[in-house]
Amino acid sequence: MDFNDTQQEAEFRVEARSWLEGNKPERSAADERIGGEESYLRAAKAWQKRKYEAGWACLHWPKEYGGRGASPMERIIWGQEEGKYAALSGPFAIGQGMCGPTLMGYAIEEHKQKYLPPMASGEHIWCQLFSEPGAGSDVAGLSTRAVKDGDEWVINGQKIWTSGAQFSDYGILLTRTDPDVPKHKGLTMFWIDMHDDAVEVRPIKQASGASGFNEVYFTDLRVHDSQRLGAPGQGWEVALTTLMNERLAVGDAPGPDFNEIFDLVCDLPDENDNPLVEDGRVIEHLARWYCQKSGLKYTKYRTISALSQGKTPGPENSITKIVSAAKLQQISRFAIDALGISGTIRDEFEGNEDNPALPFIDGFMGAPGLRIAGGTDEILRNIIAERVLGLPQEVRVDKDKPFSQL
Amino acid sequence: MPRFCYYARAETTGNEHVNLDFSDEQKLLGDQVNKMLSDSDSVTAARRLVEGSETGYDTEIWRQMQELGLTGCAIETQYGGLGLGDLELCVISEAIGRHIAPTPFFFSICMAARAIQLFGAEEQKRTHLPGLASGERIATMAIAETPGAVSQKRIRTRFGGGVLNGRKIGVCDGMSADFALVMAQDEGGSVGLYLAELGDTQRSPQKSLDPSRPVACIEFSDTPAEPLGSAGWDDIQHIRDRAAVLCAFEQVGGAEACLEMARNYALERKAFGRQIASYQALKHRMADIYILNTLARSNAYYAAWALSTDAQVLPSAAATALLSATEAFDFAAAENIQIHGGMGFTWEFDCHLYYRRSRALGVILGGTGSWQRKLISALRAQNSTAVA
Ligand SMILES: Cc1cc2nc3c(=O)[nH]c(=O)nc-3n(C[C@H](O)[C@H](O)[C@H](O)COP(=O)(O)OP(=O)(O)OC[C@H]3O[C@@H](n4cnc5c(N)ncnc54)[C@H](O)[C@@H]3O)c2cc1C
Repeated sequence: MDFNDTQQEAEFRVEARSWLEGNKPERSAADERIGGEESYLRAAKAWQKRKYEAGWACLHWPKEYGGRGASPMERIIWGQEEGKYAALSGPFAIGQGMCGPTLMGYAIEEHKQKYLPPMASGEHIWCQLFSEPGAGSDVAGLSTRAVKDGDEWVINGQKIWTSGAQFSDYGILLTRTDPDVPKHKGLTMFWIDMHDDAVEVRPIKQASGASGFNEVYFTDLRVHDSQRLGAPGQGWEVALTTLMNERLAVGDAPGPDFNEIFDLVCDLPDENDNPLVEDGRVIEHLARWYCQKSGLKYTKYRTISALSQGKTPGPENSITKIVSAAKLQQISRFAIDALGISGTIRDEFEGNEDNPALPFIDGFMGAPGLRIAGGTDEILRNIIAERVLGLPQEVRVDKDKPFSQL
Repeated sequence: MPRFCYYARAETTGNEHVNLDFSDEQKLLGDQVNKMLSDSDSVTAARRLVEGSETGYDTEIWRQMQELGLTGCAIETQYGGLGLGDLELCVISEAIGRHIAPTPFFFSICMAARAIQLFGAEEQKRTHLPGLASGERIATMAIAETPGAVSQKRIRTRFGGGVLNGRKIGVCDGMSADFALVMAQDEGGSVGLYLAELGDTQRSPQKSLDPSRPVACIEFSDTPAEPLGSAGWDDIQHIRDRAAVLCAFEQVGGAEACLEMARNYALERKAFGRQIASYQALKHRMADIYILNTLARSNAYYAAWALSTDAQVLPSAAATALLSATEAFDFAAAENIQIHGGMGFTWEFDCHLYYRRSRALGVILGGTGSWQRKLISALRAQNSTAVA
């Protein structure tokens, strides 16, 4: 058990901090969002580029692909130091967290060299095209077809819930190439150009009011065979790489956490003018959220410890999204409650004063999506039960039948 | 998850440092204790106490713990111990929790010996530590007097003129202990710890929710005693924080044993023509136990680090570990019975032994509410940036 920065880490922290001090963005992500999606994207890209040029983008990627070749610990230190500015990296999370590793594992070398650095620099935004109207949790049941035609594949079908498709340059796309074998066996993965005329993106308005995800239609989209990721029929295995990284990348739910609710209840009075933080019921909730937050943090550290000793980490990180998405929902609901009617007011305040309700309202409206995206709470529990605890698999009536006969 | 490893390992270069894990030697020690407790059928030994066919503690298990050097492992060599540290106590405690071993280890070694090591005068260390290290003598802590949380004001036991007067309840191992550290007020009204031999006190066993951790009521009337160094209220809190970490390890061990029991039974038992483990309601319940257990273990590891380095964050880390582990063990023990169905509610099955133990461990250092208040005040005392 050992827990302090080594000298090398301490130096790294100082370096990160001093770079951030001199280069940090002028405005917060929340402020940038007020100006609308376009100006937010512009600010996000500018920030990402600045980090990239100084060697602070995709820290853990190899240098030749635009990363820094940093250790897991350095990546954590950077995350701690970058803190709230990380919210400006939202548009790149899917690309860098999921598409990047998938390309690294399966793309041809030429494509890796060409596409990974601009992904790291934020010049290109990538999206993940897996879910379909008929295939969400059961994504292996998808029906977007890719048919081989000489050196190319011709793709037809529809995806849904594609986050960021409206501003993405590229995407990784899971298709069915062989309907005559069981559903998991007939899938193939490609990367595609989202600007192709055969790709049509239609935004969907989310429950939160934002248009973060989309329907995406493909009509005779032609993709060169070199854009195939993995062998034909190997798509499920490739997708699992992405999903595994998704669960790692999604990690902690973005939004207010223990510190934010703690600060709020330290400031707010109850009806007898006592600070809320002294109320037993409030203390009980705070203590539980703190235990969850701290438990997740040190679970991550245990994973890193195993990796750094060259050991295979246990499955403990699989709990992260379930715990943090639910925590976000509870904290947000609680904060709105504590603020009373003003907890529902979304107005920006005048001058320098921030409206304390805003992050919690956003958390409240975002949390339901987080509990669904990247594997629902229920699917993740199935995964823990089956893969970690070795309990029997769900009954799968369609597992061995050819897809075309379902 | 091989893919995940591939990806994550690709990012591993340079000097890796954070190590939130026990050393191979410490893990080996844990394995050894687990094996010994499983070979000596510790759970059945706990049952004997619950059934009343044995009292006090299991002498055979205690003898083996002495032989393995566990009793003295964290006591300095000049006082007859092995000179190892807190981390060894953590792995031993986890094994004890897993096998609900009926031994006085927690109070005698993890608390009383630790208190003497930290706050005793040299003479007191020389007198008392060797006997505790060898396991020949047993000590305990005598704290509670009335229902509810322990407060400085409500401690009525008095020390004056070299003697103690007062009545303590719920003293763990109170019948078997040779001496106790007794919380009492001196003539000036300040609370401290006092060392008293128990031979001449009036002791009577109390019936307990968890008889595998037997408790007694002890009457002190003009019982000779001496102050433990100059240990005061804050020092007592420090001892309690340290013990909380070890208690959390016992709870983590117990919670994990419950998950294993539940899993094994669910794989065996059939209903409606299927293994009950194939029903999603039970799968998800067990996934939830796994989630709480994982959070508890991670919090306990961090607290172990804080304990072994005497870090400033020990009070909040210990409270977090204890709260997290209490929640995990309470849940795992209760749901373990549920997953066993009627069998789980029988005297014969071991489920209730863990259920009893889970609730008893949840209060031996004070209840959840008091630890929650303690955690939040500790965090308020730190500034909000240090909280992160
Ligand atoms: C905000 C957001 C962003 C997203 N971004 C993307 C993206 O960028 N790219 C992409 O490809 N997809 C994306 N998704 C889609 C997401 O992956 C799917 O919504 C998710 O996998 C669930 O699929 P579904 O919506 O079809 O729900 P369904 O699969 O129909 O599930 C409905 C309910 O049934 C439950 N259920 C289903 N199967 C089981 C089972 N076996 N056991 C128990 N319960 C079950 C589910 O848990 C859920 O409660 C996004 C979704 C959201 C909400």
